[in-house]
Amino acid sequence: MTRKTAKMRGSMDRKADIVIVGGGPAGLAAAAGACREGVKADRICIVERDGELGGILNQCIHNGFGLHTFQEELTGPEYAARYIDRVEEMGISCLMHTIVADIRIEADGRKRVVVMNRSDGMFGIAAEAVVLAMGCRERPRGALNIPGYRPAGIYSAGTAQHYVNIEGRMPGKEAVILGSGDIGLIMARRMTLEGAKVKLVAELMPYSGGLKRNIAQCLDDYGIPLKLSHTVIDIDGKERLKGVTVAEVGRDRRPVPGTEEYIRCDTLLLSCGLIPENELSSGMGVVLNPATSGPVVNESLETNIPGVFACGNVLHVHDLVDYVSEEAENAGRNAAAYVKGVRNGTEEEAVAVRCAGGVRYTVPSQIRVAHMPEEQIVRFRVGNVYKHACLTVRFNDKVVMKVNKKVMAPGEMEQIKLKKNKLEEFAGLREITVSVENWDSGRQTSI
Amino acid sequence: MQGREEWPKKTELTCIRCPIGCILTVTENQDGTVDVTGNTCNKGADYGKKETTNPTRTVTSTVKVKNGSRPVVSVKTKEDIPKGKITDCMKALKGIEAEAPVRIGDIILSNAGGTGVDIVATKNIDKGKTD
Repeated sequence: MTRKTAKMRGSMDRKADIVIVGGGPAGLAAAAGACREGVKADRICIVERDGELGGILNQCIHNGFGLHTFQEELTGPEYAARYIDRVEEMGISCLMHTIVADIRIEADGRKRVVVMNRSDGMFGIAAEAVVLAMGCRERPRGALNIPGYRPAGIYSAGTAQHYVNIEGRMPGKEAVILGSGDIGLIMARRMTLEGAKVKLVAELMPYSGGLKRNIAQCLDDYGIPLKLSHTVIDIDGKERLKGVTVAEVGRDRRPVPGTEEYIRCDTLLLSCGLIPENELSSGMGVVLNPATSGPVVNESLETNIPGVFACGNVLHVHDLVDYVSEEAENAGRNAAAYVKGVRNGTEEEAVAVRCAGGVRYTVPSQIRVAHMPEEQIVRFRVGNVYKHACLTVRFNDKVVMKVNKKVMAPGEMEQIKLKKNKLEEFAGLREITVSVENWDSGRQTSI
Repeated sequence: MQGREEWPKKTELTCIRCPIGCILTVTENQDGTVDVTGNTCNKGADYGKKETTNPTRTVTSTVKVKNGSRPVVSVKTKEDIPKGKITDCMKALKGIEAEAPVRIGDIILSNAGGTGVDIVATKNIDKGKTD
């Protein structure tokens, strides 16, 4: 593989200003952001466990990426290539085929990133700041409590995607998909185009976890049925999957007796949610938010450990890579500011961003007004499908923003923008609350 | 059945031009005009009209690579093709093989399945051994 990027070699301990853990879309944009903010390219180090940069985008060969960033529809590999080219042009150093084993915080606040690879063994990188950009993992079968045997033919949707799009192999001929996450929907279309019969997508919840556009383009276009409030209750087959039993579930999400249906298939794909991969983060003492399984961060995307930043799907699972890139670029810039010492000194009280009534979480969950940009984006997800509801923002107890929304769903990330001068003007601001309330027929307000 | 269709024809569909996913109601009138409601932007109106009169899609897939560092390269139709031509396009991709190195934008197959649209690579694949 020819790569212009300088590689760090040798088993000696290394030094860097910023170590970025992960070379996917978040890591690449964070590196570019840090470099733009004035950190020297050779003082930034991306650590990537795979043999190529771009992360999961390399297997997402479908189009629809980059509509917001580039105003055109790109495929995953094309979107990744734009950021890879940028990072290579900047000359940012990358350690490929290298895994981060541990990150320690030294007494002086510096970070020691312990990494290993086949050629150099295990060594440490001393860094001023660390950007966590490890992405997320799929919820595995073991976490779903599906009874039955464990025959071959059961894959997570992303594993199947890797087989088909990177390795050029088909996992099976007749498939059922459990879960309507975006990767499952995308794979329903992909397997159909490659000649497989996708018999059904079953979703436990009464609503889909995927984007509407994917349901339209991946299922409706090919006549693939989506059964909401359905789940797999039994697996048939000992060596190879022979079929699954699907049943309807009630409001308590338990199977309704008498609704069982046996479906013959040799493949079951699981697309039941993504979980940020935070073993490294929790190992170093980063506080996680149970709602996202990602770090708790402030307006600078900085965790509870000064100089440790998080962005992309390791922070919270995104629907659109465009938002990952934007968020990660900010994380990179903020890490650069930390390295240059801009952030040291005045530690002020942070304003808490709380969620109530239907909002599951917000990122960030704390805002230090002095450090926030002129316009701060707060992203969040709702916990249910809401039709004709009003998104409401309060400063302390005072309503400052009301936006009526025709529909909000857990599968689609929402955002609000907060203006810095409004926060500064509000005397005694302690907390900002975001909630879903009843549709307001009166005048909508916005700050 | 000609001449016995009910006018105006109403279709409900989900706009796929952006993640909002507006529910559009498209009304096809007998005089050939098309009205779209439920959209939040002009793109939605365009989509609603196009989707009912001439639906098109970008098709993405993979093609085998000879002597490449990876066994397959991802590809796409350079422009949208009619929805009804997707199967022809996929059939045309079945037998072909690209030769490494492949660069993003390289034409892998011209006029795929008689659509008049080329298939182009969406990933760089270097020469080398498959690992």
